Amino acid sequence: MIYLNAFIFAGLICLIGQIILDNTKLTPGHITSLFVVIGSFLDNFSIYDKVVKWAGGGALVPITSFGHLLSHGAFANIKDDGIFSLFMGMFDLTSSGIVAAIIFSFVFSLIFKAKD
Amino acid sequence: MDKKKYQILVKKHCPKENRLLNGLVAFLVGGFMGIIGQFLIDFYKNTFSLSQNYSSALMIITLIFISCLLTSLGFFDKLVEHAKCGLIIPITGFAHSMMSASIDYKKEGLVTGIGSNMFKLAGSVIVYGVVSSYFFGLIRYLISGGMA
Repeated sequence: MIYLNAFIFAGLICLIGQIILDNTKLTPGHITSLFVVIGSFLDNFSIYDKVVKWAGGGALVPITSFGHLLSHGAFANIKDDGIFSLFMGMFDLTSSGIVAAIIFSFVFSLIFKAKD
Repeated sequence: MDKKKYQILVKKHCPKENRLLNGLVAFLVGGFMGIIGQFLIDFYKNTFSLSQNYSSALMIITLIFISCLLTSLGFFDKLVEHAKCGLIIPITGFAHSMMSASIDYKKEGLVTGIGSNMFKLAGSVIVYGVVSSYFFGLIRYLISGGMA
């Protein structure tokens, strides 16, 4: 059942992105930035946590989950650290993705040549 | 031939983009990516008996690895051409933008090429993610009075 939910949620997010891309002059860069901001907003009132519970991996794969994890990490230790938690915890949960993207991009760009 | 007629003629012969088909393809490909994500999470959880957090982090890393590899082999651009937002909105699009930026600027050197251009396209995602998370967090902190 969670596979069907994952399919529906991830598909709907991509469909919304495609509709925006086809009908406006925004570039893919604009759309991904917009979706990150939406995801980071949906972390408020733990809306996105409920979506993750419902759709599982389908909610973690789209770029909205990146914004959600940024917000979630920034707010995780707010009780102990106060306002400094926003500075210290921002990349706690997303660092695995960013580090992986940097390492793989660097290594592969050393190995392979650009295709024209 | 005046300008108006010419524009009409150009419009007639331009390949018309089928928006309905584009949307359907994006929906199907995006949904399929979601299924792959959930499958990988279940796979890591059951095979290596990892916790939910570890297996979802591993799932993200796996998808980034596949997307970087396909981009550097030159397949991914063709896939994006067909699937469009179905591959741009998932985390694969983030990895693809970093990989293609760093491989395109490789000829300009290690530091001025790869180092300073890697975040050329993906930088906006990180910047706006951090800025919006910071201000949403600040507002939440002020409203709740530090009690979260």
